[in-house]
Amino acid sequence: MTAQAHESPAFAALRTLFAQRIAILDGAMGTMIQRHHLTEADFRGERFRAHPHDLKGNNDLLSLTRPDIIGEIHRQYFAAGADMVETNTFNSTSISQSDYHLESIVPELNRAAAAVARRAAQQAEAATPGRRCFVAGAVGPLSRTLSMSPDVNRPDYRAVTWDQVVAAYAEQVRALLDGGVDTLLVETIFDTLNAKAALFAIQSVFDERGGARVPVMVSVTITDVAGRTLSGQTIAAFYHSIAHAQPFSVGINCALGGKAMRPYVEELAAIADCFVSCYPNAGLPNAFGGYDETPADMAAVLGEFAESGFVNLVGGCCGSTPDHIAAIAAAVGKFPPRVPPVRPAALRLSGLEPLIVS
Amino acid sequence: MTKSASSFLVIGERTNITGSPKFAKALKAGDWDACLAIAKQQVESGANVIDINVDEALIDGEATMVKFLNLIAAEPDISRVPVMLDSSKWTVLEAGLKCIQGKGIVNSISLKDGEAEFLRRARLLTRYGAAAVVMAFDEQGQAATRDEKVRICTRAYRLLVDRVGFPAEDIIFDPNILTVATGIEEHNNYAVDFFEATKLIKATLPGAKVSGGVSNVSFSFRGNNPVREAMHTAFLYHAIGAGLDMAIVNAGMLGVYAEIEPQLRERVEDVLLNRRPDATERLVTFADELKARETSAKDGGSIPNPNAKIQNADAWRNGSVESRLAHALVKGIDQFVEADTEEARANTAKYPRPLHIIEGPLMDGMRIVGDLFGAGKMFLPQVVKSARVMKRSVAYLTPFMEEEKRQLVAGGGTAKPNGKFLIATVKGDVHDIGKNIVGVVLACNNYEVIDLGVMVPCDKILATAKERGVDIIGLSGLITPSLDEMVHVAKEMKRQGCTVPLLIGGATTSPAHAAVKIAPEYAPGVVHVLDASRVVNVVSALLSPEQKPAFLAGNSEKQERLRNEFAARRNQRPLLSLATARARRPTFDWAAADIPRPEFLGTRAFSSAASEGGQRPEAGGQKSEPAKLTDGQLTLAEIAGYIDWGPFFSAWELHGRYPDILQDPVVGAEATKLFNDAQRLLARIVAEQRFTAKAVIGFWPANAVGDDIEVYADEQRSRVLATFHQLRQQMEKPAGQFNHCLADFVAPKDSGRLDYLGGFAVTAGHGVEEFAAGFRAQHDDYNAIMAQALGDRLAEALAELMHKRVRDHCGYGRSENLTMAEIIREKYRGIRPAPGYPACPDHTEKPGLFALLGATDATGITLTESCAMSPASSVSGWYFNHPDSKYFGVGKLGRDQVEDYAKRKGQTLAEAEKWLGPYLDYETT
Repeated sequence: MTAQAHESPAFAALRTLFAQRIAILDGAMGTMIQRHHLTEADFRGERFRAHPHDLKGNNDLLSLTRPDIIGEIHRQYFAAGADMVETNTFNSTSISQSDYHLESIVPELNRAAAAVARRAAQQAEAATPGRRCFVAGAVGPLSRTLSMSPDVNRPDYRAVTWDQVVAAYAEQVRALLDGGVDTLLVETIFDTLNAKAALFAIQSVFDERGGARVPVMVSVTITDVAGRTLSGQTIAAFYHSIAHAQPFSVGINCALGGKAMRPYVEELAAIADCFVSCYPNAGLPNAFGGYDETPADMAAVLGEFAESGFVNLVGGCCGSTPDHIAAIAAAVGKFPPRVPPVRPAALRLSGLEPLIVS
Repeated sequence: MTKSASSFLVIGERTNITGSPKFAKALKAGDWDACLAIAKQQVESGANVIDINVDEALIDGEATMVKFLNLIAAEPDISRVPVMLDSSKWTVLEAGLKCIQGKGIVNSISLKDGEAEFLRRARLLTRYGAAAVVMAFDEQGQAATRDEKVRICTRAYRLLVDRVGFPAEDIIFDPNILTVATGIEEHNNYAVDFFEATKLIKATLPGAKVSGGVSNVSFSFRGNNPVREAMHTAFLYHAIGAGLDMAIVNAGMLGVYAEIEPQLRERVEDVLLNRRPDATERLVTFADELKARETSAKDGGSIPNPNAKIQNADAWRNGSVESRLAHALVKGIDQFVEADTEEARANTAKYPRPLHIIEGPLMDGMRIVGDLFGAGKMFLPQVVKSARVMKRSVAYLTPFMEEEKRQLVAGGGTAKPNGKFLIATVKGDVHDIGKNIVGVVLACNNYEVIDLGVMVPCDKILATAKERGVDIIGLSGLITPSLDEMVHVAKEMKRQGCTVPLLIGGATTSPAHAAVKIAPEYAPGVVHVLDASRVVNVVSALLSPEQKPAFLAGNSEKQERLRNEFAARRNQRPLLSLATARARRPTFDWAAADIPRPEFLGTRAFSSAASEGGQRPEAGGQKSEPAKLTDGQLTLAEIAGYIDWGPFFSAWELHGRYPDILQDPVVGAEATKLFNDAQRLLARIVAEQRFTAKAVIGFWPANAVGDDIEVYADEQRSRVLATFHQLRQQMEKPAGQFNHCLADFVAPKDSGRLDYLGGFAVTAGHGVEEFAAGFRAQHDDYNAIMAQALGDRLAEALAELMHKRVRDHCGYGRSENLTMAEIIREKYRGIRPAPGYPACPDHTEKPGLFALLGATDATGITLTESCAMSPASSVSGWYFNHPDSKYFGVGKLGRDQVEDYAKRKGQTLAEAEKWLGPYLDYETT
């Protein structure tokens, strides 16, 4: 058992940080990009001027064509108090980029995004001596799922295979690690089987590199107020499904506002023997696709989670901005971080629901 | 450490193909709704986990597992509980792991395949995220005693926890629940061994859980559910007390410990806890009484069957001559049969005519055999041995009956025959093991069997049937063209106005084919007979004027349903167009492909005949001398080392995996006897050089051109020597899977790379028929069938051996470093598909292959008009060297492909359709 020996320096640094206080993650990337009202030409840049497919909306591509904008967003979040920002790589897998016919640039896209975020972190660290800023490699969900059929008449059909998903994630993870990210954040999970494939790919890439590992963070999306993932699992069933990957943290993000998430964050905080994260949307989307919760609203909800001892890492998802993050950081700062419980050893299984054999 | 039954985990066994005939049937029929209903019912009736096992020879395990799990994923009422993936094949387990979003259990891994493989699989499980059932099984076999169980589990635990970092709480040991009360003394302590091992494992291996398959324990009492239920209930009571955490059970068959009838409970516990030496005997007696009580309660009074006494070995010789004959028949002992027959014959007061002995004591004995066989309490090898005794006795009586008949006819009387059964293997087919077995079983049941042998033309069958006035005609066949010949015979029977029923059997036949293709051609009745164990019931029903109408009505109703299902299934899932299927071919990086150049090109012949005794060619000997024929020596002993025994047991209708089958709780004892008899006869065949083995192999430069493979005269490709035409799968497949064709495994001509194709024809059949005929002359069908079955095994073994040499000739075989078991499981690089089998179902590819190999000159194998090889114990095919080459089934073919194929082959469409008949997805016009 030499797992310890293969741990990257980020493990110790993050453990120290998480033991001292509740850490702060950044907010939305897409919301911030929208403020720039970019055109098709901005997305294409010089390099993709002649690309035969529309590229507007491919936010991840901006790491290559408008790195100035992406770098600026990262800098604003660090300035607002974030300890960790996510790379602009939510859709940077060959499967998601195939929508734009850009599968071939996936490694480059991830390396560039990591470099942009790293540069922003270094600038923030230089501005405040002694400050440590982290970069999380964002690993998003896919448009094709392993647990669900896109064809209601053929419930056994799958649009993609496990091996294809593993290969796509492995390619992204290699490039993110090459680009120098501190952690990997598998996020916005709505199909646990896709997430298991991502975790399988991450472990395989670690093994390719002689066992050297970085902290793996996992964040699931509860899509309805009944407390289930889109693929039907409860939060405890989900945790049992991914615990084998020994995540550094597990949490909930996206889809719901913080208030609606409360019971599931509470449950997760009670059962997870790793750190717990939470980065909700700024409320539910309004009629215009915008988000209505103000910085003060989000800060109140997450502040209460902190007071209840549910969380170790908080931030924002869709609709949140540097102003939201600054307010959240101020609200949780006065509360001690959650201490992960020690769980009794048990055989923990799951289908859509959990089963524990003690 | 004890636990209450309430925290005990029930793992539903009904979605296990080996545990639920209902599930097996639904799965084989592709009735997925029924499969899902069974799964749902399991969860509703309280299963905490569902065990899913689709291991069955005829089922594609990986694809079926994936499909069922994907279907379950869409059913929240089922998928709410965790899944236990259950298979003896790791590939099936791994395919399943790729489909479940929850955390499931894999059942199972063990040290059976060695420590390295065990560790590899365990590491993969930590990556997939699954708990594991670990069987108490190691390289030496299955643990039976307490100490062996604990030793193996401890070793596995240390490896998992210390070497892999496997979470101890995710380890579930299965220390093997073995059958008790078998009558074998070593088995008496099996339950106690399990209880004690469980206790020790729970006490010494922290975190680990214990599970088991409970129904095994009571196998000796199958058919007696009240006793089995009591045994399961009592077993679980004690096992849970010892620390058992979960078990695979049929929840419906579990009772309450305290409610077991006290007398029964005492006897069951005597057995389980091994409390007294006569425990088994007492439970057996009690079980019979219980059963008799039950029966008489149901039937309103019949005589209890006290047939459960354990006698010492020779005591039966003290009984009456009738009981001795019955005993000899049931046990298959032919040592005293002639003396006993004479004793009965001499008693003319009791048996005025020799026929009375046959109709009396002999038939009584055979009726017991038939009953036991029908009830699954005797197995085919035993029945054939019984038949040997019967035949000896009848042979002894025959001269007396001839004499009697002569006198009768001299006195102006007639001899009335019993039911007459004509049986034949159809024209073009030479396979007759199954047909011989059916003949023997019918003869045992006092039918007159007229066996016309193999390759029997339709005219001869019908002429003989008329001439002899037979009551039933039975047709047998093993290769696919035989199906068409059977249709032809049926049409001829109709045209000639036959009225007797027609029975259809043999490995290639099926109830569906008989219903769809044969039955509509012949109104008086076509009945498909699955195997020899069913034939007696069918024949007796057909020969009984009372039963016949109802039987035939039921039969045609069944066939009507099969026809409807067939039509419905065919319309369900349309095939891909040939163009789409071709677009979905697997693609290989030919520029980078490793294409081995064989050490020689052209052919080489081999023989085990002493007179032809050339030197065995040294590896690397005649390097690259094109088309030079070199004689090589084979020995039967070396070939025997390559025998795969699995199919041998299937030939005898004993089902199970070798070598596990030798320990099987149900058929193990008979399988072991059969195996020992086979070893003895094999030793004799080898020592006396009874069979002659011959082989020819060859290599040629080759390239794929579309779905064809061109074979060239030389490496400059100056001339095409032969073209082999291949077929492509057209079924719709899930994303990521390909539509295969054998030509894909050969470098395409436009890739710029030269590839090589191998070919072979081997036989072990010279001498088999003569040897078998010698046994038949002594009324010893058992050894006659055994000789044929061994001929088949030796031919397959020779194919395996030659394949090994071929891999060495190609280079990659020399470093493969495989054990014989791994070779037999085909763990090596490359394949050797045979024309006429699933990957290339067209038998008419054989003549081209034979011509190229000069096979008939080199080996003496000839091809019949149906392209069957004679002698029957022969194998031929191609060698493909590509590392990713694999076996597959072509499946159904669309008209577009058959048209294209006929054109490529220079056949008419009708000709191609005739040979590919069973594979066509459309009606021919």
